[in-house]
Amino acid sequence: MQFIYSGITSGSIFALVALGFNIIYNTTGIINFAQGEFVMIGGMLIYTLLSIYGLPFLIAAPLALLAALFIGALFERVFIKSVRSPNEIKLITITIAASIILRGLGMVIWGRNSLSVDAYIPYKVLELPAGTLTSNSLLVIIVSLVTAFSLSLFFKRSSLGKAFRACYDDKIAAGICGVDVSKIRMLAFAIAALLGVIAGIVTTPISYVTYTDGIMTGLKGFAAAILGGLGSFWGGVAGGLLLGIFEGFFASVLPSGYKDAFAFLIILAVLFLRPKGLFGKKKAERL
Amino acid sequence: MKKLLGVVFMIILAVPLYAEVRLGALFAVTGPASFLGLPEKQTLEMLVEEVNKTGGIAGEKVKLFLYDTKGLDTEARKKFIRLVKKDKVDAVIGPTRSGSTLAIKELAEKYKTPLFSCAASKRIVQPLNKYVFKSPQSDTHAVGKIYNFLHKKGKSKVAIITAQNGFGDSGRTELLELADEYGMEIVADEKFRDTDKDMTSQLTKISETNPDAIICWGVGPAPALVAKNTRQLGLDSMLIMSHGVASKKFIELAGNAAEGIILPAGRLLVAEQLEKDNKFREVLINYKNAYEKRYDSSVSTFGGHAYDAFMMFKYGIEKGGKKPAAMISAVENMGAFIGTAGKFNITASDHNGLDESAFVMLKIHNGDWELIN
Repeated sequence: MQFIYSGITSGSIFALVALGFNIIYNTTGIINFAQGEFVMIGGMLIYTLLSIYGLPFLIAAPLALLAALFIGALFERVFIKSVRSPNEIKLITITIAASIILRGLGMVIWGRNSLSVDAYIPYKVLELPAGTLTSNSLLVIIVSLVTAFSLSLFFKRSSLGKAFRACYDDKIAAGICGVDVSKIRMLAFAIAALLGVIAGIVTTPISYVTYTDGIMTGLKGFAAAILGGLGSFWGGVAGGLLLGIFEGFFASVLPSGYKDAFAFLIILAVLFLRPKGLFGKKKAERL
Repeated sequence: MKKLLGVVFMIILAVPLYAEVRLGALFAVTGPASFLGLPEKQTLEMLVEEVNKTGGIAGEKVKLFLYDTKGLDTEARKKFIRLVKKDKVDAVIGPTRSGSTLAIKELAEKYKTPLFSCAASKRIVQPLNKYVFKSPQSDTHAVGKIYNFLHKKGKSKVAIITAQNGFGDSGRTELLELADEYGMEIVADEKFRDTDKDMTSQLTKISETNPDAIICWGVGPAPALVAKNTRQLGLDSMLIMSHGVASKKFIELAGNAAEGIILPAGRLLVAEQLEKDNKFREVLINYKNAYEKRYDSSVSTFGGHAYDAFMMFKYGIEKGGKKPAAMISAVENMGAFIGTAGKFNITASDHNGLDESAFVMLKIHNGDWELIN
């Protein structure tokens, strides 16, 4: 049973990262391989604000989130918007380059050591049926779920959210109807960065932050997005949670050395049998 | 006239070329092993500067050629060839990682250049390569020390959890191989990745086997997570770690969960706790003070490996000179010397010269190291 608890904890982080992938995919049609780096930056930001500037958490967290929106928007303007004659392959390659740049910057600014911050809430071990969960892990799960729900409300209810969905359906038509597609694209990156930074903030007290963290987090989040169906909102969430639980499960029943391999094997199997992912929908196309 | 000038110019250029000792160094200054490579680089630069200030080795200044391997084996090979062919060095110190050292082991022989490695694997010196020495203790010694300790405490049921990297694999091999010899029973054999963020699944499996002690073999933040998760699950087995976590950084990361962890480590960490007449004390304190004064960061055992390697090299040049064969035979006949890692006794058949006594057992207590007997 322990694997379910730890699986949901790490899975909810994968879910946040997968959502970041999906939001950018839906509005621009590209995969942003720097998504994992946003998580790393989130951890680093909260470390800087809490441990170096000594701000209280209630000020530091909103500051970090604001910075995230700014970084995401800047990222889009610098790396994506300024590209002449963009196409998808070019833009994806650029995000890979950007991820390397961000990682390098992370190393220069924050150094090579793993950094940690104190827990935001008192450390407590919750005894659950056949396992335990720490109060901090519970916080991760709650924050991730709340974030996912509020984001889904934003897309469904607000007019800005509707503009996002219009862009997803058809960029040209959305543009004709008065949606500022370029602004939406910038906002998509801002929101994706925000999601990454939220993930970074909640995980840093548990599992620290190192400048190289983005690679694996990004990869797992990408796998989760693929598993759930690229572009599908709740698919990304479900994909993340499932991937986390698979990993935990394989670590606890099989020799733990093979757990990653098995988790990814499951994903391969899903993709062979259901290429659009578990919850992916195919866009209707006119013949 | 022009020709003559050219010759004169070449002679002028050539004079410093012959009046200096050319030392090559390969360290993983950036990349995942940078926490090892950086103190090594800093230590070596400090030592070279010190030696040059006091007149150099055997009257010749030391010129250092230092390259970053980024922790990559291919990079180590490339840079080693560059050191030998372009920079024409007399000997090389490094590389930082075992894998990189093994990757250039045969190159050292091919180019007849003595190599003083700062990496731990015993495969660096076994099978013996005439040109290759190493300064850190082997994993065998650490495992022997741990098993001896457990044996004395009357404990024998051991669970191991090891990292999936070169360091963890080599530790795991030794832990499994030496278990019988010390009467240990391995009841669980789990693994984790450096990038893993949660170890509770593996630890739950371990707790089902109810071991006397859990031995974790890894470096970086992952062992700190093992410590945290062990406490979270409330396991009451003794938690033992490898010398890979012997840095203050580990205690910082693991926080309260680090309390009570036992590990083998070099004496450098507890230099101040050694008795006044301890033969290691002077060497350790001198190195520690010099390093901490200059770099304003606390000393680690890893920088000490570069220190010991440099001492071997220095002795080789002083007594043997720059000819590879003479340098090697001088180091092989060096006799006992006290380094930061322990008492070396290098011979023609043992190019490491350390044994189990290079380690002491430490316990983490109140966020600091405590020597236990």
